[in-house]
Amino acid sequence: MSFSRVFLGLFCLLVAILLLAPTLVVIPMSFNGNKSLAFPPVGFTWAWYENFLTNPDWTTSFTNSLVIALIVAVAATVIGTLAAFGVTRAASRTGGLLRALLITPMVVPGVVLAIGIYAVYLDAHLVGTVAGFALAHTMLAIPFVLIAVQASLEVFDRRLETAAASLGAGRLTVFRTVTLPLILPGILSGALFAFITSFDEIIVALFITSPYLKTLPVQIYSSITRDADPTVAAVGTLLFLATSLIIIAGLLFGMRRGRT
Amino acid sequence: MTDTPDRPVLLPRFRFRGAVWLATPAVLVLLAALAYPLAIVVVRSFTDPAPGFDNYVWFFQSAVNRTVLQRTFVVAAWVTLASLICAYPYAYAMTIAGKNLRLALILCVLVPFWLSGVVRTLAWVILLQDSGVINSMLRGIGLSPVKLIRTLPGVVIGMTQVLLPFMILPIYSVMKGIDTRLLQAARSLGAKPWRAFLQIYVPLSLPGVYAGAIIVFILSLGFYITPALLGGPRSTMLSSLVQNQVLSLLNWGRGGAMGVVLLVATFVLLALAAPLMRQKHTRTRREA
Repeated sequence: MSFSRVFLGLFCLLVAILLLAPTLVVIPMSFNGNKSLAFPPVGFTWAWYENFLTNPDWTTSFTNSLVIALIVAVAATVIGTLAAFGVTRAASRTGGLLRALLITPMVVPGVVLAIGIYAVYLDAHLVGTVAGFALAHTMLAIPFVLIAVQASLEVFDRRLETAAASLGAGRLTVFRTVTLPLILPGILSGALFAFITSFDEIIVALFITSPYLKTLPVQIYSSITRDADPTVAAVGTLLFLATSLIIIAGLLFGMRRGRT
Repeated sequence: MTDTPDRPVLLPRFRFRGAVWLATPAVLVLLAALAYPLAIVVVRSFTDPAPGFDNYVWFFQSAVNRTVLQRTFVVAAWVTLASLICAYPYAYAMTIAGKNLRLALILCVLVPFWLSGVVRTLAWVILLQDSGVINSMLRGIGLSPVKLIRTLPGVVIGMTQVLLPFMILPIYSVMKGIDTRLLQAARSLGAKPWRAFLQIYVPLSLPGVYAGAIIVFILSLGFYITPALLGGPRSTMLSSLVQNQVLSLLNWGRGGAMGVVLLVATFVLLALAAPLMRQKHTRTRREA
């Protein structure tokens, strides 16, 4: 092995450590015996997990986030999938323009968007409401669904639709029995992205939150700024495990589907 | 209307005029939750408290604001540079690695996304603080600790880790498509490996570099949580200033003007970068 290969290998190892460092410190910190975030953690305890599961501040904000993210996942997936059909099936020039327009939420600076939404919500009495959160997060999630579904529509062989139609199937039947099953992986990954976008959204949430409706990221943020509470690390670890399980399950499912 | 020539007349059309209307709900959501709020920000920046350009005059006359604006761009540039230095060799290694190693390298890029964004920033507090991981290690090997938390380098390190995947993935997707036989051809014509790499491979990978750099730079400009938690008063970025004007000082006009500056900078950069990426792409293709 040449010298440059060894150097490249070592460099990549360092980059990989940089990428994984946050995950690697959060997990041990969640078992810290002291109420502190000083490294290395001392002792071992489940207390922070217990606190997360029993303290109403944490459980309520978790439930709020779950409800909002589920609404957003459904709304953004339906709206984003329709838009993906619009973008792919419209005349290519119009479709391109529409796509560029629909993905702008991804590049607008979060705080600028947040003050605008806050201003509108103050007038419309939407601050601290589930509807307000759902609307803002759906807007933020649509681009992710659009991209995921569009990707699977691009590789989708449209002659299959023609074939089904030539055998006498109506438009709706073609969609339900041919198109939908084939683009389902794209729709599901879009839905997952939409859920995570909402569940993890913090900047807009910090502005439109109220003492009566806090989401989990807002609770985490205020906990970090208030004191050094390892409960945050426990929440982070649980969410990390949940996300990993869902994604690994999705990959395994996709692999099985691909094989059969 | 692009009709496929071999399409029988009565079958469903692939592209049809009505298709655009399927995007109506998405457009409505965008109008309500994106266009309208942004319009309010723009309007208030010109009208609150009095009509005119006062807020912009104030913004550009204040030395503090100019410093923060400059710092925001400098930090974005540092983060882009640091990500590029980390990402380029990493993406290259992904293209030459065997199947299992490649899977491991890809996993390392994706795993950070599985950790909640706010929690990730907390992890950087744990890593960078005075009693943190990095300083414990420095003390362990007999070096004196360095001040990282509440400093600009600390903010850059944290932001780089968060944004690194956005640099690695576009570079990798372009590198994956590069025909390595071109390098062999160059070498067979007598070029040294390094020369072949710099003159053939690097230019071909540039579209990915441009795409990654522009994404990272633009996302950096709007960063709020990471600088707010990892930075100190001397590393404030524009987003924190906007938040402070609106939430603490209730000064919608000034906060709005700052927001508009940030928004305009973002879209000007995007507009400048789009043709750059396209042009480079066709040029390299012609050269190849």
